[in-house]
Amino acid sequence: MTDAATMTEPLLHIEQLGKRFGGFIALDGVDLSVPKGQRLGLIGPNGSGKSTLVNCICGTLQNETGSVTFDGIKVDGMVAHQRTRQGLARSFQLPRPFRSMTVAENVRVPLLYTVNARSHPHLSESELDDRCMELLKLVTLDAKAAKYTTDLTQVEMRKLELARAMAAEPKLLIADESMAGLSHSEVEDIVALLIRMNERGVTIIMIEHIMRAVMTFSQRLVVLVSGKKIADGDPQDVIQNKEVVGAYLGQ
Amino acid sequence: MRTPAFILILTAVAAALYFAFSYVGNDYLFFAGYTVLQYIVLATAWNILGGYCGYVNFGSAGFFAIGVYTTVFLYTVGQQIEDLVPEFMLAPMQLIFPLPLPVMIMVAGVVAGFIGLGMGYLTLRLRGVFFAIATLALTVVLETFIVNWSFVGGSRGAYVIPPNEVPIFGHFINFLFVLMLVLVILALTTARLIERSKLGVGFATIRDDELAAEASGVPTLRLKLVATVVSGALMGMAGAPFPFYIGYVEPASAFNLSYAVNSIAMPMIGGTTSWIGPLVGALLLGTLQQVATVTISSAVNLLIVGLLLIFFVIIAPRGIVGLVQDQLRKRSKT
Repeated sequence: MTDAATMTEPLLHIEQLGKRFGGFIALDGVDLSVPKGQRLGLIGPNGSGKSTLVNCICGTLQNETGSVTFDGIKVDGMVAHQRTRQGLARSFQLPRPFRSMTVAENVRVPLLYTVNARSHPHLSESELDDRCMELLKLVTLDAKAAKYTTDLTQVEMRKLELARAMAAEPKLLIADESMAGLSHSEVEDIVALLIRMNERGVTIIMIEHIMRAVMTFSQRLVVLVSGKKIADGDPQDVIQNKEVVGAYLGQ
Repeated sequence: MRTPAFILILTAVAAALYFAFSYVGNDYLFFAGYTVLQYIVLATAWNILGGYCGYVNFGSAGFFAIGVYTTVFLYTVGQQIEDLVPEFMLAPMQLIFPLPLPVMIMVAGVVAGFIGLGMGYLTLRLRGVFFAIATLALTVVLETFIVNWSFVGGSRGAYVIPPNEVPIFGHFINFLFVLMLVLVILALTTARLIERSKLGVGFATIRDDELAAEASGVPTLRLKLVATVVSGALMGMAGAPFPFYIGYVEPASAFNLSYAVNSIAMPMIGGTTSWIGPLVGALLLGTLQQVATVTISSAVNLLIVGLLLIFFVIIAPRGIVGLVQDQLRKRSKT
């Protein structure tokens, strides 16, 4: 993944992305290019368009102007499940587990519907079970495999959210505020987990408010304010940027 | 249990029921039993979309009536074949018509399946109560269409005269009863197959969280369309023998709201997450209604449904099956 050739070809390329909700401009011509293997942090005050950006990239919402190119393919107009099958996975800001299923069954869904849709021959029952356990071990939920999601704690719910996203074997993972409301040690736990996932070759975009986590995780930092990108670059430089400081503290 | 074994057991139970009823020798048992069986098919069909996917269909009566009127249409064509078909076509058409009832049932299934597909395309982007309202509206549209279509009787209704005797079964009601038993086996087997397949997992993700389902790669719209088609087809098949059962149908009886209410209430009372729920609910409510019809009045039927539904929503929101599961879980813990 550190190979120079693969670094030059962007995995995700967004051009002039725009989205309105009635009269409110949520995204105002955002450009963003993410190379393979990168750990990108995306920050911005509440209502700055971070979640809308994620939704437009993943197909939960359709962008009105501009384009999204993923892995060399234009994904505009594709619905969410098609983009997931292309290798674009996400976790949700508020965990959205399948409540009628156990933890292991939750992780099984993307294996059945995404991995099996891509690969022939399909995974056998025992291979599916093995994959589930492997993913749950990665997020240290293997002891809870048979539990229902209603029995999980907040942090375990976040981990399940990430494990389910990882089960789709994504090339790009977007973690939408995976740490909001967690304690110090839990935040460190999740950051370490995301870095582990990145080391497996997955490009990760992390959206987060907790600056400590953002600074530990990010190799590059992008700041979104009022639907516009106002800063992009080395994390240390970005947080000293006057405009960024102004946006966060108020002028 | 594997599917062939499951079908075999259902068939054995069905055969035992048929012979037990024959042994008693009272035709009323077959008439009452037919209605209960019809509700098992309707409730099971409703549950495929309503229980597995979580989309509450208020249009069961519409799909039931599609089946009813497919039969009325095909029967009328059979009756008037000499007027409808040009001379040179008459001989081959008379070979096909009048169609045997099992063929009519299959045609009704196909027609209702297609209308289910159409309804799905039009309404499945709606969620929750809006979807329910849309399906109710579809029933009204269909009823208006039938009321104004004089070929199938329009608002004055149509007579369908069943033959008195059929070979092997004797009384025609025995034959109808057996046909309904076959439909019950078909419906339960389909529901159970779906439940245990990848499709069933997909349906459950739609019920639990549609956004998360899409994000996990589940093609939600396509799966919901499969559900409406299968569910609609089974409801249509349940309605197809009805004109022969009742002898005279008019739109108000074919589109009766009680079909919609019952096919929602029965799975809710039995439990919506497995094929057993609608079966238990339909057996319980259907039998209770038949008993009430004889002892009190058929007017009390909807009251019974209403009261039981309220009771279960408050006391056991996951139905009888859920109640039993909870008890078993408690017992295994202690």
